[in-house]
Amino acid sequence: MLSKMKNRSLSSNRTNVAKSYHYFTLAIFIFLVAFPFWWMVVVATNDQSVLAKTPPPIGVGPNFSKTVKTVYDFVNFNRAIVNSFVISIIVAAAQVFFCSFAGYAFAKLEFFGKKFLFLFILFTMMIPGQLGIIPLYMLIVKLHWVDSLKAVIVPGLVSAFGVFWMKQVISSVLPDEIIQAARVDGATPWQIFRRIVFPIVRPTALVMGLFAFLAAWNDFMWPMLVLSGKQLTVQTAIKTMRSAYYVNYSAQMGASLLATVPLLILFFIVSKQLVKGVMDGAVKG
Amino acid sequence: MKRKNRSTLRKGEGRLAFLAVSPFYLIFLTFGLFPVLYSTYIAFFDWDPLGLHIFVGLDNFKTLLGDDRFWIALRNTLSIWVLSTVPQLAAALGIASILNKNRLKFSGFWRSAVLIPNITSTVAVAVVFSSIFGRDFGVVNYLLHFFGVDKIDWQSGTLSSHLEIAIMVIWRWTGYNALIYLAAMQSIPKELYESAELDGASGWKQFRYVTLPGIRNTMIFTVTVSTIGGLQIFGEPAIIGGASLSGGNDRQFSTLTLFLYEQAFQNFKFGYAAAIGILMLIVILFFALLNSWLTGKISRD
Repeated sequence: MLSKMKNRSLSSNRTNVAKSYHYFTLAIFIFLVAFPFWWMVVVATNDQSVLAKTPPPIGVGPNFSKTVKTVYDFVNFNRAIVNSFVISIIVAAAQVFFCSFAGYAFAKLEFFGKKFLFLFILFTMMIPGQLGIIPLYMLIVKLHWVDSLKAVIVPGLVSAFGVFWMKQVISSVLPDEIIQAARVDGATPWQIFRRIVFPIVRPTALVMGLFAFLAAWNDFMWPMLVLSGKQLTVQTAIKTMRSAYYVNYSAQMGASLLATVPLLILFFIVSKQLVKGVMDGAVKG
Repeated sequence: MKRKNRSTLRKGEGRLAFLAVSPFYLIFLTFGLFPVLYSTYIAFFDWDPLGLHIFVGLDNFKTLLGDDRFWIALRNTLSIWVLSTVPQLAAALGIASILNKNRLKFSGFWRSAVLIPNITSTVAVAVVFSSIFGRDFGVVNYLLHFFGVDKIDWQSGTLSSHLEIAIMVIWRWTGYNALIYLAAMQSIPKELYESAELDGASGWKQFRYVTLPGIRNTMIFTVTVSTIGGLQIFGEPAIIGGASLSGGNDRQFSTLTLFLYEQAFQNFKFGYAAAIGILMLIVILFFALLNSWLTGKISRD
């Protein structure tokens, strides 16, 4: 009887089963997603004169090393890649630590002004970032941080959204009883954070760190302002090339390709976690 | 859960709590809140970064409201926002409902693949798309010539440059929003679909009467987030414009943020630029509230 009912309920879902035209739609969508990446490769590996032909080339050309040479003659691109890595890794690591630590305090500890401070966090999440860009720039000039990576790293060390996210996660996955038990066993608050809280929220904290890494790697509005010629990031390097070689797409595209490949490799390693992070409704647009 | 027994607070815990939140506040107050407040202050000055700071009251705001460049930037921002948000969320809804089909093969692959554009940098995306939309050797114009359309200079037209930018935004954000919708769809109880099925509801009717109401809150959320993000658009127009910050020869794709940036860091009018920022905040708040009100109303009806 029970199995019969089960069968019926399975077959009753017929309307919502994937059909071939669904796969076809998805395939077209993925083609549109992939084409710009392919076009990056095409333009970066072909000569300008080939690109000017009708119909345009759609295959890989022989010119990649020449394009790379143009890029490296123009900017110290290795330095830009190192700078971007340094900035993004420090920002991501700091956010993982500060946000989970502060999130724990908001979720499980009592202290003076907690409610007010948390409301304050919610409020700051709603202010657009560029609103303060002028005074922030004045501050960086006053501190003599222009052209130093500090100018990009320090303002990115904390994130209101990260604290909010970690607080929510810690409140929902960590029972008070575990903390109580650890207290009874004589664990210090720091040991509780280090040995119990952090290991439990580590997966979420790492996803948050990944998003912080991506945001720092891809940012260019702020780095463009406070870093100039000597200290480029990959994004400001491409932007500089675009301003200089306005019509030479090969060089710009070569630089874009060099900047995108590390991200794609990272993506293939962590895509499952990123998808899960987005689907947990956890990421601010 | 509301059990807040202060007696469990041991010695040292209060200190730890302060230690835990203080780095956040120190950095945040200095590099986050202070600049926003100070920005409001300098909006009332004629503020030359290297010279005088003269208090001018509301003059910056008055000048701004009479400045054509402000209205052009506002028009462009709203136009790009509508052109990008509407198709993007509609497509995301479609993709999500396919990803939500039962017995979909390779679902992990599809989910990852749709998210790839989202991790790519705005700079790289803008460079690639301005080549794809190039006047002479662009792929789009090449495809259009089969339909007898003459070469379009996408960047020089108002509507065409807005479309070009909107397509970049759509490309980047559709998959991301599809995953958000998918997560919301998965939280709808399966029984609702089963009873709809028993009542003889077609696939479309199930979508209309079960799926859409079920993800209503998520839709309001995505519309609000796209509004806040969309009205601040900066990267795409800044990159396709090359070295210039004016957003094209006729300012045809100058946006509010680009205008702010141009006034502050090219013309060094800090007070005027700060005033642009404040008007921008008002515009964003207005549309965010209007949006959530409208979306709420439509889905209630």
